[in-house]
Amino acid sequence: MCECCTTKKDIYLPQLATIEKMRLMNDTEMYFRFNMDDGPMDFIPGQFVEVSVAGVGEAPFTISSSPTQKDGIEMVVRRIGNVSKALHNLKTGDKIGIRGPLGEGVYPVEEVKGKDIVFICGGIGLVPQRSFINYVLDNRDDYGHVTILLGTKCHNQRFFQSELEQWTTRDDIHFLETIDEAHDCWNGNVGVVTTLLPKIESELASSEIMVCGPPIMYKFVLMALAEDNVPHDQIYLNLERKMKCGVGKCGHCQINNYYACVDGPVFKYSDLGIAPEAI
Amino acid sequence: MTVKKITKADFTDLIEKVIASQKVYAPQAKGDKYDFAPLTSAGDMKLDYDVTLQPPKKYFIPPVETLLTFEVGGGYQSQFDEEKFVLLGVHPYDMVAINQIDKLFSDGHFDNHYMNRRTNATIIALDVVNASKNVFASEIGTATVKQGYDLLLTDIGDAYIAEAATEKGAALLAGANAADATDDDLAKKQKVQSDNELSLSKHLLKCPASDLPKLLEKAYDHPVWEEQAETCFACGSCNQVCPTCYCFNVQDDVNWDMKTGERKRAWDGCMLDGFTKCAPDHEFRKNRADRFRHRLFRKGKYVPYKLGGEIACVGCGRCVGACLPDIANPVNVYNRLFDDLGNG
Ligand code: SF4
Ligand code: SF4
Ligand code: FES
Repeated sequence: MCECCTTKKDIYLPQLATIEKMRLMNDTEMYFRFNMDDGPMDFIPGQFVEVSVAGVGEAPFTISSSPTQKDGIEMVVRRIGNVSKALHNLKTGDKIGIRGPLGEGVYPVEEVKGKDIVFICGGIGLVPQRSFINYVLDNRDDYGHVTILLGTKCHNQRFFQSELEQWTTRDDIHFLETIDEAHDCWNGNVGVVTTLLPKIESELASSEIMVCGPPIMYKFVLMALAEDNVPHDQIYLNLERKMKCGVGKCGHCQINNYYACVDGPVFKYSDLGIAPEAI
Repeated sequence: MTVKKITKADFTDLIEKVIASQKVYAPQAKGDKYDFAPLTSAGDMKLDYDVTLQPPKKYFIPPVETLLTFEVGGGYQSQFDEEKFVLLGVHPYDMVAINQIDKLFSDGHFDNHYMNRRTNATIIALDVVNASKNVFASEIGTATVKQGYDLLLTDIGDAYIAEAATEKGAALLAGANAADATDDDLAKKQKVQSDNELSLSKHLLKCPASDLPKLLEKAYDHPVWEEQAETCFACGSCNQVCPTCYCFNVQDDVNWDMKTGERKRAWDGCMLDGFTKCAPDHEFRKNRADRFRHRLFRKGKYVPYKLGGEIACVGCGRCVGACLPDIANPVNVYNRLFDDLGNG
């Protein structure tokens, strides 16, 4: 092979990792903690990895743990496609392939230091946000007021429940939760996540807002934030797309001009310019 | 840089010699059309072809290729094609397309599966002798090409003028019975090229190609996307035949032993159903009109944005002929937009 090709690593070649822990968190969400076989991997909240199950394929998953946590890397896999189903069928000690960390559009970990932050999470959107949330909690003094809004469809789809309990009791964050559909076992807020926004209306315009949720959610959140005149350069959108290569080549994740895999997955709203496909 | 004149008979002899030592791919007759294929006898090459059915991209991004091998539950091993080959008879517009993909595959994350094949290749480009029915390279500025090839041939009637641009090209040419090109020969070559710069224009673009990104900026919500896409089959032919389309899919194949397998990359197309589908219930560009727009925005705005303004349609005209409902022609769409929005 030519020299320039041998000296550069193969961008499609996964590295092996070992599953340390697996736990089903509800009907569809499986928690994973894994360690890279060749030593720890550095990453920034918002980055993702391409996970391989040899023989089944590869799929992208955002890292859910904070880089401050030294004991392995966590992710949450919803049973939805071939790769995620195969992942659910693995067991502790099994090997998976990992490419990453990927994504150059990450959470503004440095940029928003000293500022107030609002996290708006819809359902599985909690997974990537949790990486930054835990990072903030581990460096609590570096950031201002922290508010977390979480909306989940049904009561029994909630996950990371014990962590959510802890957030409720902490007095250095403001945690509000809602579920879309009323249920006997639930005596909290009912309604979609945007129904929580009026409760923190006064904070919004002066906060940095991190948004992640199902595709349908973004439009409603952005409409609500527009009503409160939140400047676009204070809004960060974590955009999920179909990804194959994860390195800006295959074209699957393209959002108008942008590639979710390299330019994102986290985008500052004001940087997106005219990208109607974003929401 | 060496420039030689070589008679057609001597060039055929040269290629016959090259075939003996290296794989050669060249345009050959396929029914009443032409296509690139492995050359077994120099006499089969058709260097006066108008356009090939498929662009030569398949030699760098094969329709299906193995990226890795793996053991189920175990490790992965990169796979690379080691074969050196000669790609003969690449028209300038196709050369420009290869140059573009070179940039896109080497910038940022370096794709060494692609780049390895690229360095294994010796490319002999060829100025167009006969214009195809739908070519519009003159409109885009891709009727001639100045770089990317190892050797460039220009047919001046009784002979070829051969310009070696790299050492590989010079080494290849050194094996030929050829004379130094005279000023008169060079003038003839120049004439062929300047003629091509005007005459490869079967569809006329109403604005300079370099204005397309600006024109498209105003065109996102134009009715033309819905109107044109109404008859689109989402067959993906326009992607397949396009020398600048390179989107792909990746999937695993397990071998018969159920223990080993290969990870393969295969051509994909942004016009196909499901290209952006990421969950059973969610597909980002579900409407054909959105995909139709995406393809023409990619050619006219998105990729140019990555390539410093270079338009990612090279005017080969292949998609015009490949599209059954006859809606794929970029010139027609861009002209329609120019009529409606051009001066606004
Ligand atoms: S868009 Fe059509 S004319 Fe342009 S390069 Fe692609 S196939 Fe050729
Ligand atoms: S534009 Fe034509 S060639 Fe392209 S997908 Fe539609 S029908 Fe097929
Ligand atoms: S996932 Fe392939 S380009 Fe983004």
